[in-house]
Amino acid sequence: MASLREAIARGARLDAMRPFPRIEVDASIWLRVTREISKGEGDLVALWSDGAAAHMMAWPHGDATPCVLSIACLEARFPSVGHLHPPAQRLERAIHDIYGLTPSGAADDRPWLDHGVWGVLHPGGNAQPAPADPAPYRFLAAEGEPLHQIAVGPIHAGIIEPGHFRFSANGETVVRLEQRFGYAHKGVETLMRGADVDRALRLAGRVSGDSTVAYAWAASGALEAALDIVPPPRATALRAVMAEIERIANHLGDIGAVCNDAAFSLMLAHCGVLRERVLRAAKAAFGHRLMMDCLAPGGLARDMTPGGARAIEDALLAIDASLPGLLRVYDSTASLQDRTVGTGKTDAALVAQFACGGFVGRAAGRGFDARRALRYAPYGDLDFDVPVRQEGDVDARVRLRFDEIGQSMAIVRRLLVKLPAGPIRAEWPTDAGACEGVAMIEGFRGDIVACVRLDAAGRIAHCHLRDPSWFQWPLLEAAIEGNIVADFPLCNKSFNCAYSGHDL
Amino acid sequence: MRNLILQGILQSPLSEPPPRPDDCELAQLTHAFEEASQRRLGRSLSIRAVDAGSCNGCELEMHALGNAYYDLERFGLRFVASPRHADVLMVTGPVTKNMRLALERAHTAMPSPKWVIAVGDCACDGGVFAGGYACVGAVSHVVPVDLRLPGCPPEPIVLLKGLIALIEAD
Repeated sequence: MASLREAIARGARLDAMRPFPRIEVDASIWLRVTREISKGEGDLVALWSDGAAAHMMAWPHGDATPCVLSIACLEARFPSVGHLHPPAQRLERAIHDIYGLTPSGAADDRPWLDHGVWGVLHPGGNAQPAPADPAPYRFLAAEGEPLHQIAVGPIHAGIIEPGHFRFSANGETVVRLEQRFGYAHKGVETLMRGADVDRALRLAGRVSGDSTVAYAWAASGALEAALDIVPPPRATALRAVMAEIERIANHLGDIGAVCNDAAFSLMLAHCGVLRERVLRAAKAAFGHRLMMDCLAPGGLARDMTPGGARAIEDALLAIDASLPGLLRVYDSTASLQDRTVGTGKTDAALVAQFACGGFVGRAAGRGFDARRALRYAPYGDLDFDVPVRQEGDVDARVRLRFDEIGQSMAIVRRLLVKLPAGPIRAEWPTDAGACEGVAMIEGFRGDIVACVRLDAAGRIAHCHLRDPSWFQWPLLEAAIEGNIVADFPLCNKSFNCAYSGHDL
Repeated sequence: MRNLILQGILQSPLSEPPPRPDDCELAQLTHAFEEASQRRLGRSLSIRAVDAGSCNGCELEMHALGNAYYDLERFGLRFVASPRHADVLMVTGPVTKNMRLALERAHTAMPSPKWVIAVGDCACDGGVFAGGYACVGAVSHVVPVDLRLPGCPPEPIVLLKGLIALIEAD
């Protein structure tokens, strides 16, 4: 860790970014940091570009906060991180697709988000017309006499986001799964450019609809950090109430859906009722079932309704009344346990290497939770547990959701009891000049990172949003190995990674 | 588990009375229906959902249609796994260029008569993602659309009204 810190300390610290330091580095420091991260000295949290430079967010183990390293991309190249540290590979491929910057020495030069149908190459950078006949995508080989391939997607059998899964199977056993994504790519980073802060927040809130509160919070948090604005306490408390309601609703949906994928639809029916209760409470309290556009730069778009706290408490009471019974059913149904226990195990070493956040990480011994690690308001003043399990299988990911629902309910209740009075929105300056900020918010799926740069006119110069799924999807490829094809839906749902959030 | 099942049997159902479709939905549909298709399909429709690049908000609300409050299947409406079994295509999202071909193929694979519902603001006109290099925009640019259900996302009750309008239109 010392050597990672030493390597970082050799760069030129810039004071431009808040609240994490940003450091300008050359190729030798960049590579040294990469090497230290690959040795497990720290986590790679994000890797992105704005077209002119590549930025790496690194978090040395033991440090209080991460830092951002920036390297200018001379001749449209930067030293590959992925050739030493595989978790960076997809991020580098995405950078190349959008900005045309080449990671020198990269092991995998295939496109990732670009399927050859945009009409342009490198739309975020030096855009050029694309060739009319794109080369077919080269899937990785799986060879051997008894193997066969199963291609699934981009359209799946259920009401699911689009993505492609290529299974190579030996009989029923999966030998290799290869994912191919980008189907939900909407060009959000390019749409952000030049947007005013309100539109930026609307876009951020639609990167992944199930995490709209967390994304809006991350984006507004980065904007507020850039401008050095602190939202009033009432706004922060209500943001956390919404974020926890979002977590509860999604976890309820997931528990039901995982069990349903094991053909145990009773659980889906009961969890569906509870989820609906929670969404109706959200609508009553904040005016929107998913709580879209409820946040605003500097605070909230509108206050909670007078009857809101009552509606939320009623929904929580309904969960109190049913959830313990549902957990007992889950616990005592052998046919269900048979499908979930030991299925889709993630390896703790891989989880650590990928710095995999959210319940996927916490179900396999990586106890990271941004609320706890960064203690951002209001969580710094709240007493709550971060449940961690070690098994890393579907069962652990289901149980962890039960655990987290309990914690989130307690947080919501505590916040509502002591809800501060006062304004819900801080004054938004219009003449702050160019500035940049970064924020990390724990969504239901894991830590979401937002990094924003504002121009002199107060418009978005660049906005990068990193979904936790970037470091979870690859683990699903590993977790399914050696499992039967029929268990893939269970594994996939227990991960519940974002397609849209990842494809951006 | 026995308690849970007993409770389910003894409790009165949670399902809510069916909503009445709005005039605007019915007006949108008058052109789309011939009596012949109504006779052929009766009051039952199979629906195939295609996410053409949505943020997944619309999917969440389509999922909610299956919960006990809305209980979609009591109306003879159900989601099916293949477009070949579907009468209705519900499309969400601003049709990313990367999904355009898959959407066209799903539509082609459906047997006639077939209807398309654009679900959500993105599917209706591209929503916040309109413009840019990555999205086509409205679903109607790719396949003919018979019914538009705007909203970001449209609430389940709005979706239910639209679907009921579809089986009641003649």
